[in-house]
Amino acid sequence: MTSVYRTKDGGRIQRGKPLRFTFDGRALQGVEGDTLASALLANGIHLVGRSFKYHRPRGILSAGADEPNALVGVRRDAARYTPNLRATQVELYDGLEAESQNRWPSLALDTGALNGLISPFIPAGFYYKTFMWPRKAWDSLYEPFIRAAAGLGRAPTQADPDRYLNRYAHCDVLIAGAGPAGLSAALTAARSGARVILCDEQSEFGGSLLAETSATIEGLPAQVWLQEAIAELAGNPRVVLLPRTTAFGYFAHNLIGLNQRVTDHLAVPSAEQPRERLWQVRAKEVILCAGALERPLVFPGNDRPGILLADSARTYLNRYGVRPGKRVVIITAHDGAYRAALDLHAAGVEIAAIADVRATADGPAPQAARQAGLPIRLRTTITGTRGGLRVEGVSLAAMDGGPSQSVACDAVLMSGGFTPSVHLFSQSRGKLDWDPAAQSFVPGRSAERERSAGASRGLFGLAEVLADGAAAGADAVAAAGLTPPAPRRLEASGIDLGTDGFLGALPGAGAPGAKAFVDWQNDVTAKDLLLATREGFRSIEHIKRYTTTGMATDQGKTSNMNALGVVSEALGTPIPAVGLTTFRMPYTPVTFGSLAATSRGVLFDPVRTTPIHDWAAAQGAVFEDVGLWKRARYFPRGGEDMDAAVARECLAVRSGVGVFDATTLGKIEVVGPDAAKFMNRLYVNAWTKLAPGRSRYGVLLRDDGFIFDDGVVGRVAEDRFHVTTTTGGAPRVLAMMEDYLQTEWPDLNVWLTSTTEQWAVIAVQGPQARQVLEGLVEGIDLSAEALPHMSLTEGKICGVPTRLFRMSFTGELGFEVNVPTSHGRAVWEAIWAAGQPHGMVAYGTETMHVLRAEKGYIIVGQETDGTVTPDDAGLSWAIGRTKADYVGKRSLAREAMNAPDRKQLVGLYTQNPSVVIEEGSQVVADARQQIPMRPIGHVSSSYMSATLGRSIALALVSGGRARMGQTLFVPTADGEVAVTVTSPVFYDQEGVRVNA
Amino acid sequence: MLLITCPYCGPRPELEFAYGGQAHIARPQQPADLNDDAWAEHLYMRDNAKGAHAERWRHTHGCARFFNAVRDTGSDRILATYETGTPRPAAGDLVGGAA
Ligand SMILES: [Zn+2]
Repeated sequence: MTSVYRTKDGGRIQRGKPLRFTFDGRALQGVEGDTLASALLANGIHLVGRSFKYHRPRGILSAGADEPNALVGVRRDAARYTPNLRATQVELYDGLEAESQNRWPSLALDTGALNGLISPFIPAGFYYKTFMWPRKAWDSLYEPFIRAAAGLGRAPTQADPDRYLNRYAHCDVLIAGAGPAGLSAALTAARSGARVILCDEQSEFGGSLLAETSATIEGLPAQVWLQEAIAELAGNPRVVLLPRTTAFGYFAHNLIGLNQRVTDHLAVPSAEQPRERLWQVRAKEVILCAGALERPLVFPGNDRPGILLADSARTYLNRYGVRPGKRVVIITAHDGAYRAALDLHAAGVEIAAIADVRATADGPAPQAARQAGLPIRLRTTITGTRGGLRVEGVSLAAMDGGPSQSVACDAVLMSGGFTPSVHLFSQSRGKLDWDPAAQSFVPGRSAERERSAGASRGLFGLAEVLADGAAAGADAVAAAGLTPPAPRRLEASGIDLGTDGFLGALPGAGAPGAKAFVDWQNDVTAKDLLLATREGFRSIEHIKRYTTTGMATDQGKTSNMNALGVVSEALGTPIPAVGLTTFRMPYTPVTFGSLAATSRGVLFDPVRTTPIHDWAAAQGAVFEDVGLWKRARYFPRGGEDMDAAVARECLAVRSGVGVFDATTLGKIEVVGPDAAKFMNRLYVNAWTKLAPGRSRYGVLLRDDGFIFDDGVVGRVAEDRFHVTTTTGGAPRVLAMMEDYLQTEWPDLNVWLTSTTEQWAVIAVQGPQARQVLEGLVEGIDLSAEALPHMSLTEGKICGVPTRLFRMSFTGELGFEVNVPTSHGRAVWEAIWAAGQPHGMVAYGTETMHVLRAEKGYIIVGQETDGTVTPDDAGLSWAIGRTKADYVGKRSLAREAMNAPDRKQLVGLYTQNPSVVIEEGSQVVADARQQIPMRPIGHVSSSYMSATLGRSIALALVSGGRARMGQTLFVPTADGEVAVTVTSPVFYDQEGVRVNA
Repeated sequence: MLLITCPYCGPRPELEFAYGGQAHIARPQQPADLNDDAWAEHLYMRDNAKGAHAERWRHTHGCARFFNAVRDTGSDRILATYETGTPRPAAGDLVGGAA
């Protein structure tokens, strides 16, 4: 490696394994163990993106999940392009292609930076204030502008070719985060015999230990101890170790969502492996060891490339062997930056100045820095920075003002202290407490079975963190009902960095012309927040939405606490009183691929098909979705469109015979000594006197009196009913039956069985239906005397047992042949063959709809909408008047249910017979009235009837039955359509044909 | 996703269950004896408790049986599950000892 920024030795990279990659087409080299960010820094590249609103040049700020700037797109091929990845979390592989986002035409020259010049005119709430009027400018002007200006990545246009899997798991203890606290907890839990899952978002376990060069644990260098700890856990068969796995969501009752990235780090992913795996882990106990996030400092010009977090710089140096620059200035409110300064100093980086905003800095790290001769200035801040695409220098000045001094540098490291990562705890609905000493929110009362350990609850000393992890492990094990091992304190040496920090904006952030960023990703400055408070905003939730601070994809990991600090100071309200915005899942973005897993394409939703489906498909049927079912809608012949096919099918049924697949109808077998009593209590009809072998059109209400479902019910035997339901209604009808049977009438001796999939149902309808079936049945008399309309019989057809109903949903002589599903296709084909001499047609749901509408038969869900009573639908005749009670009866007695102006089912004839009204149209009495017109009803069904040679419509119209012969109007976009109110039964009103 | 203990099958994930509304609301034996207000009260009026709430669940994709649960609507913790037709457990018998 020739880069001046790469150190000669140290770190967890393998200098002997170079990896080629490109960034915006430029060929570069990194090494095994690099992230994209560390490889870019090793090449001296800080500039990686343009900011969202002002298109300001931006550099790498952090080394982890909190990165707000370095969002890149990574491409494998045309279909495999992932936008918005944090370069700090992208593992380098040979051949990786990455590109920057949100810049045009190039990263170095971005015309959008013009936004920066007009930035005084883009204050907080700019969009709310500017893009308001006129309304029509939204489509032509504002929205295109906002969409063009809004950056971030673009999605690939091709379908995702990769495989994603979903996995469920259970464990005694789930530990999120494998830093020192998580490892210590895992060791304790595993030694107790607990089933443990330990996950960490990084490629390697260890957390902060991965950048540790001097600390020791149990007398061993920290990284050696780390290796041994991982080896012990890996050797335990009850422990599952999941690196590259983010605990992104904490759901109710200890269900944790884990997103495991399986192959994204590989140069050549194996076809055997999924790209990502979504784990849904139900854990008895959870330990949150999510660590802490370093805070930036808010000073003017704090967003130039080359300015990064101090502890991240230390990570780049110690873990990746990369120097962030040659000459750096450090600004800090926390001792950690001194530790970073010492490590960088030892690695040959010139420390130009350490500006400490505090009045004193006497901890061990500052003392060591002093002894090393590093230039420390207390009570000092940065009042401005210089540089275009990279920081070139800073202005230092005393915290209380006075002259500033310019210091040249090529990098600035900052530390405002550490914020415990309480995201998962907060997602679990635990209550956060404000720790005034540490100036941070820490986990308080738990809502779930979890506990936090280590830095995520504000503990930072290495020995303290290890002990806390072990204690949490023991606590979790005991809570899971196992016996924890005796507590053992791990000896550890680490430098004490204290818990100092700074919240809010440093002096000068509000000065004219200053741009001191609080939220890097959404380009929110301290001044934007101050403006919001001046404009009267008080609640942090409102300020967040008005300024968009903390609302970017990083969810304010680096910005939330500083935003609170700024608002708290401006309002003179203490931070806990200002409050904290809600943390929401996911912790870091999760791909749709991972969440969808295998639920794509044909597996997206189950598909239900009948045994006749393949026959229909071979005949060229056009299908429609009804619930999950595929139903044949019509059977076009010789280039027919739907209207032509439906007209032909309708005429054939009326004049000859048609066959229809009714298998999808819901079917429930109601059996038992109390079956009739049960049906009597449930349906409006009277069942006790219905003789075996007869059937009835059943109407089922909810107890509020409105129609819930309908269907023909046959009494097979004294104790056995064959109940049919609508295609979509079967599950809810069975659920309602079970509800009443189990919870209201447990005294009834009745069994309910769904038989929808046990019977194939073949409807044979038309004047010649009897002739078709006659030759196929055995032991069944099909004559009108033996098998009148609304009756049923059992016997054989084509050698197969059948339950044969005489019934009709067409108004013609009709039969519905129920046979076991496995015989459905064979019986269908036999009927089809027997029907050919009679000119039999196969017809679909569309023809079925027209035929039943000609007869005024309702379809639940089309003529009804949950507010229609039996009387509204013209079904009063079905009600068993003498029954003392049935579900819905009491509600039907209410006065409003019998008001004369209720909407009632009627027929409508358009005065121009060729006009077919649109279903759903409103009906008005007077078309000349002012808009908005007062509707008095609506059209529920509307078709062209080939049988009648004109259009017909069903409608629900206020007081409709008293309006026979009246002219009403249906307003349409092309003017009103005059209609005449008529009976809903358009064809064979005397019902002669059905009784043939 | 809640973890619900079916009294007949044991703990199962929420997606196996269907919610059934407030528990212990018996359908009147003689609805005709109720005036409109009393009937509307029975049909429509339900508690909106913050805290312990007795409610019906059905293990639809399991044993298919209805049962009752006491759930803390604030925390979503299930404090007890019990068979339909048995009385609501006393506060002292709930998980955590109190509602
Ligand atoms: Zn069950």
